[in-house]
Amino acid sequence: MNKDIFVIVEQRAGHIQKVTYELIGEATKLAKDLGEEVVVVLLGKGITDQAQTLIQYGAAKVLVVDNPVLEHYTTEPYAKAIHYIIKKFTPNIVLYGASSIGRDVAPRVAGRVHTGLTADCTGLAIDPETKLLMMTRPAFGGNIMATIVCRKYRPQMATVRPGVMAMPTKDASRKGEIIQVDAGLTKADMNVEIMEVVKSKQKVVDITEAKVLVSGGRGVGGPEGYEPLRKLAAQLGGEVSSSRIGVDSGWIEKSRQVGQTGKTVRPNLYLACGISGAIQHLAGMEDSEFIVAINKDETCPMMKLADLGVVGDLKLIVPKLTQAIADYRAKQKV
Amino acid sequence: MKIIVCIKQVPDTAEVKLDPKTNTLIRDGVPSIINHDDKAGLETALKLRETRGGTVTVVCMGPPQADVALREALAMGADEAYLLSAREFGGSDTYATATIIATALKKIGFDLVITGRQAIDGDTAQVGPQIAEQLGIPQVSYVEEARVEGNDVIVKRQFEDSAHILKVKMPCLITALAELAQPRYMNVGKIVDAYQKEIKVIGFDDLKTSLNPDWIGINGSPTNVVKSFTKQAKVAGTLMKDLTPDQAVAAIMDKLIERHII
Repeated sequence: MNKDIFVIVEQRAGHIQKVTYELIGEATKLAKDLGEEVVVVLLGKGITDQAQTLIQYGAAKVLVVDNPVLEHYTTEPYAKAIHYIIKKFTPNIVLYGASSIGRDVAPRVAGRVHTGLTADCTGLAIDPETKLLMMTRPAFGGNIMATIVCRKYRPQMATVRPGVMAMPTKDASRKGEIIQVDAGLTKADMNVEIMEVVKSKQKVVDITEAKVLVSGGRGVGGPEGYEPLRKLAAQLGGEVSSSRIGVDSGWIEKSRQVGQTGKTVRPNLYLACGISGAIQHLAGMEDSEFIVAINKDETCPMMKLADLGVVGDLKLIVPKLTQAIADYRAKQKV
Repeated sequence: MKIIVCIKQVPDTAEVKLDPKTNTLIRDGVPSIINHDDKAGLETALKLRETRGGTVTVVCMGPPQADVALREALAMGADEAYLLSAREFGGSDTYATATIIATALKKIGFDLVITGRQAIDGDTAQVGPQIAEQLGIPQVSYVEEARVEGNDVIVKRQFEDSAHILKVKMPCLITALAELAQPRYMNVGKIVDAYQKEIKVIGFDDLKTSLNPDWIGINGSPTNVVKSFTKQAKVAGTLMKDLTPDQAVAAIMDKLIERHII
């Protein structure tokens, strides 16, 4: 009988990524509904000492495969290790981050196990009657949501979009079991040779982690148009993001684009400046806690989505708003 | 060198609009295109052929009208085209699709397989890796640069915060990012040729000796869609107009304070 919910850890250069904890949090909810346990699978080199942290976030067990061939991510050793674990421990559900690693290894594993895999999920739930995992995901650039099930094959597997599930709380007193697993990996499993690891020169900002996003679109008018937005974002302790037009026009770097596949943001405040709101963009930010739009066109889709839409010229409003916040903060301090 | 490029015909999702009254997709009149990532993969294959010689074969699974996508690929310069089309293939999920395509690729033969990273309608990024798994060959996905040296493919593989330069022996499969190459336009002479060339159709009967019918189509797919829906429209927010900039700032400040954002 397949049981328990397995979470595959996403680590890059030995650093466990935030999506892992989000997955543990979500798995904990599902485990409660099923009366099963959360088991976390940690793969890497020299990584065992991080298992304790995973327990503090909610893992009942951590299965560790600590092997030199897992130092840098390549498909085959990771796929082989996960496949080995699935065969040996027969999980009911396996969750991966929908990252460039998760989306590479999960389909490979699904093919090897012969089971279903649902990509880039934004919602997971257990059907109270059938106990099946209901996997909900956007398609058509976020225009349609589809709920998918895997009835006949096990484990049920999904990749889950980063930034969507809530972070669980860490509890240092939590206890759990750490199990070393020998998945039989050898150097021969490296069927791809890593010639060079290229770090991004620019510090890559992860807009999905920002609490406040000040986002610019066509209305900012050019690269210099983002400068007042940067000042406002700095004042709010947030980051600047952009619609597609700003990126395609070369006004701002691509890592700041909202609404690309997999780049969903849900900050506490999304301030849309001169963004009319193409559907891909809206799909990427509509779950933001509070949306303020500044736009000259009151009929555009972004103004309809916004909690507060202000019709006006962002070039006049944004600098004044930055100043008003600075003034307000100064007054609060007194 | 024999390169196979897998392409998918997709609706141009950038052109899809929502019906404001019913909140459903308006699909009528939405043009069909070759998926962007796949087209970049095709361009790369054509460039590799220019430097290395060999042939470029395009393969597309879909309904008979997907023929148009294959003709476009031929007009860009592909040597031959296969359409995988059968009633039995309909409703396949990624696993079943990869099973069908991998079976056909074994029959056609290849040194290098290129797929797009993902299709803009489904966005799964699963079919490429699943084809590689079923073919039992190495894969590199998220490729933004590629060249061939001897029997090796050297690629730059993108991650969120870094990239790897990887060397992989053929036969192998790579999945292309749209950034990999800017697709060329169709050549006028080749457009004419493209409509004279034969598109070879591979149906269920052509593959049935090596294809388990229980593993394909809607019934053979491990996953099934049980429900699809458009997102509920949110409750309308507040719209404020005819304000001076100072009044606008005051209105925003009120909300930011009320919501404890500042």
